[in-house]
Amino acid sequence: MSTYIAPVRDMRFVLNELAGLEEITGLPGFEETDTELVEAILDEAGKFAAEVIDPINAKGDRQGAVCKDGEVTTSPGYKEAFQLFCETGWHAMPASPEYGGQGLPHLVTMAVSEMWKSASIAFGLCPMLTNGAVEAIAHHGSDALKAKYLPNMVAGVWTGTMNLTEPQAGSDLAAIRSKAVPQADGSYRISGTKIFITWGEHDVAENIIHLVLARLPDAPPGVKGISLFLVPKFLVNDDGSLGARNDLVCASIEHKLGIHASPTAVMSFGEKDGAIGWLIGEANKGLAYMFTMMNHARLNIGMEGLSVSERAYQHALAYARERVQGAPIGDRSGQVKPILHHPDVRRMLMDMKSRTEAMRALSYWVAGHMDLASHHPDAAQQARSQAYVDLLTPVVKGWCTESAVEITSTGIQIHGGVGFVEETGAAQYFRDARITPIYEGTTAIQANDLIGRKLAREKNEAGETGFTARALHAEMAALAAELVADGQLADLGHALATAVQALQEATTWLLQHYDSEPQAAAAGAVAYLKLTGIVVGGWLMARSARIARDHLAAGSSDDFYKAKLSTARYFAQHQLPQAGGLAAAITGGSSSVLELPESLF
Amino acid sequence: MKVLVPVKRVVDYNVKVRVKADETGVDLANVKMSMNPFDEIAVEEAVRLKEAGLATEVVVVSCGPAACQETLRTALAIGADRAILVDCGETELQPLAVAKLLKAVCAAEAPQLVVCGKQAIDDDANQVGQMLAALQGWPQATFASKLVLADGKAQVTREIDGGLETLEIGLPAVVTTDLRLNEPRYASLPNIMKAKKKPLDTTTPATLGVDVAPRLKTLKVSEPPRRQGGAKVADVADLVNKLKNEAKVI
Repeated sequence: MSTYIAPVRDMRFVLNELAGLEEITGLPGFEETDTELVEAILDEAGKFAAEVIDPINAKGDRQGAVCKDGEVTTSPGYKEAFQLFCETGWHAMPASPEYGGQGLPHLVTMAVSEMWKSASIAFGLCPMLTNGAVEAIAHHGSDALKAKYLPNMVAGVWTGTMNLTEPQAGSDLAAIRSKAVPQADGSYRISGTKIFITWGEHDVAENIIHLVLARLPDAPPGVKGISLFLVPKFLVNDDGSLGARNDLVCASIEHKLGIHASPTAVMSFGEKDGAIGWLIGEANKGLAYMFTMMNHARLNIGMEGLSVSERAYQHALAYARERVQGAPIGDRSGQVKPILHHPDVRRMLMDMKSRTEAMRALSYWVAGHMDLASHHPDAAQQARSQAYVDLLTPVVKGWCTESAVEITSTGIQIHGGVGFVEETGAAQYFRDARITPIYEGTTAIQANDLIGRKLAREKNEAGETGFTARALHAEMAALAAELVADGQLADLGHALATAVQALQEATTWLLQHYDSEPQAAAAGAVAYLKLTGIVVGGWLMARSARIARDHLAAGSSDDFYKAKLSTARYFAQHQLPQAGGLAAAITGGSSSVLELPESLF
Repeated sequence: MKVLVPVKRVVDYNVKVRVKADETGVDLANVKMSMNPFDEIAVEEAVRLKEAGLATEVVVVSCGPAACQETLRTALAIGADRAILVDCGETELQPLAVAKLLKAVCAAEAPQLVVCGKQAIDDDANQVGQMLAALQGWPQATFASKLVLADGKAQVTREIDGGLETLEIGLPAVVTTDLRLNEPRYASLPNIMKAKKKPLDTTTPATLGVDVAPRLKTLKVSEPPRRQGGAKVADVADLVNKLKNEAKVI
């Protein structure tokens, strides 16, 4: 078993030198924050993640949450860790100061959340879901609901859930059937079955506040007839104390491939008289409210991909340093060495390290733009940043999670046979990672969002489509040209230039075919998402390389910069060349996907 | 009652240190640094005394380069009230010099109790607390695993070879902490943020009138010898023979 060590050095580099932390802490509203404070926060959070959360992760995998008669007992140590997490104020970190949070930039919160998720995805989900529910209530709920529920939810005394999915309504939420019937006192009676409810029932907090999508009796059909309700497990009295048990029950929890410590509940509402709930915001706008939180939620799941990749890398690296096996190819001494010395093990470790760094660069860069979009005094900058966030959110979610499956699989491969043995611990990261490209919108959902709403249907006043993507492509091409002219980094410049060109060609093709051949465009959507991830990741790695080179040229002796040059070069040599292949599949590969008659599958 | 807690910035306990190629010391370039774990226990104990109403103020002090401010902020985040940095630049500090600096700080601050770590995990000298007590002419109780304050006295349980010893000492005094004294808390996020606003004063050895010039000369720092491979013994008689004649330990 390895021990998690928060990668604070790379985090600091990305925060300060790529994502613009200093500019962000200087924005109005973030006066309390400076880079020194962020260092202290990273150090303390890293310690907490390593010493409190990481040690319960493997135990929670072996002994997952258990449901008996509607009561869920969580994995050993989770309750204590969650309570300490709340007592030390980490739970409240993302919330607005109005409700007990710290008002820190989103960028800092994201970096810290990387640590929680690296230490245990299953653990990190509980505060993440609660925070999502807090945001929904804070943005759309009445003052009465806010006052009654938010302080305890922010503090982690109560947790929150999102009840969207039903057996017949998965990716297609238009098919939701749960019902809400208005009562004379202004409340509603909710009934229906919800599935895949993360942390839907547990014993780590005294109450659970469910946010539930349901239909009013007179609601129009489809997505325009869905409303959002707040339905607590225990009703809350006016003095804030807990009252009667509401008419809702956890019917069972799922037996899953991974994240065993995160109870995934089947929730049954209103088996008796109907569960008592309250409408959040206006009727029939539930789905729109959910979508306002979707950006955050999707970035958060993308972060899970980054986090579990980092953890799997650390685990594999520890093994590769200590496992001695054979003499490396070409080593004439014939001496047996740790497997880290074998070229192919180096390739695998480099692949994990370099791609993880690229994912961190992309995720933090997008998080930084979220802060610029919400706090920058210049409206034009706000709009530019928001457009980047919108464009790249599906990429962070889809690309980081799909990559995580491959990276955690490589983590097993480095272990050889014992990697397939659960005791070694490498398999858990792979199994835990496997859900990330599925939940919170599958990769296909992300890819369709990317080529549709974020590209083909994005129009400016001049009627041009996909202008945000094209502006980003131009920015990346400009860096490529600068690097080509820069003797030392010319190879990175050439690799980036070729990859950007492939992305531009695929983009042009998609814009031309999105309306005329929607199926052909959709057939290439996931490839386009991966293509965007690789090129934008490669662009940020190339930027990192130039920053590192400049530090070294100025006399820095920090080995970190030398390593950054190597990982950036690896990315340029091994990842960026894939752009051409993906572009070819997008522009010329749809017919084979679509032509086969159904009967021949 | 004021409590003074000296804290030292050392290489983080997770870091595997490397000896410099010229054998003049340990390579500290770009290595993660943290508060000495025994000092963390000392800060925790002092903060608990304050929370119990037995201490009125907890002052932390660190001697070393300007980067020690980070260590002091960590102590402030645990709950200390204010901090003093004795900025010594990159000068090598030896235990006697630190003890003299602390004596000067004690003269200005007049604490009733100094709680310090029993030793630092970098040089493992285990001297500063004892030297400070001697310089001040104060009683000392080292390796404390329990500290009780009552009636202007301190009852200290010490970890000694083969058991525990309980002493009663008058105040002011120096107490040095052992591992089992307490389990330091995790700094809370609100306290990390508050720590930034707590006072941190800087002084220098010159201002304090202390000569910190090294009195000891480091001849060489080297890696411990590599472990030799083991050998199988045929039977107990063979083992006893080897222990007696080869290892010469019995």
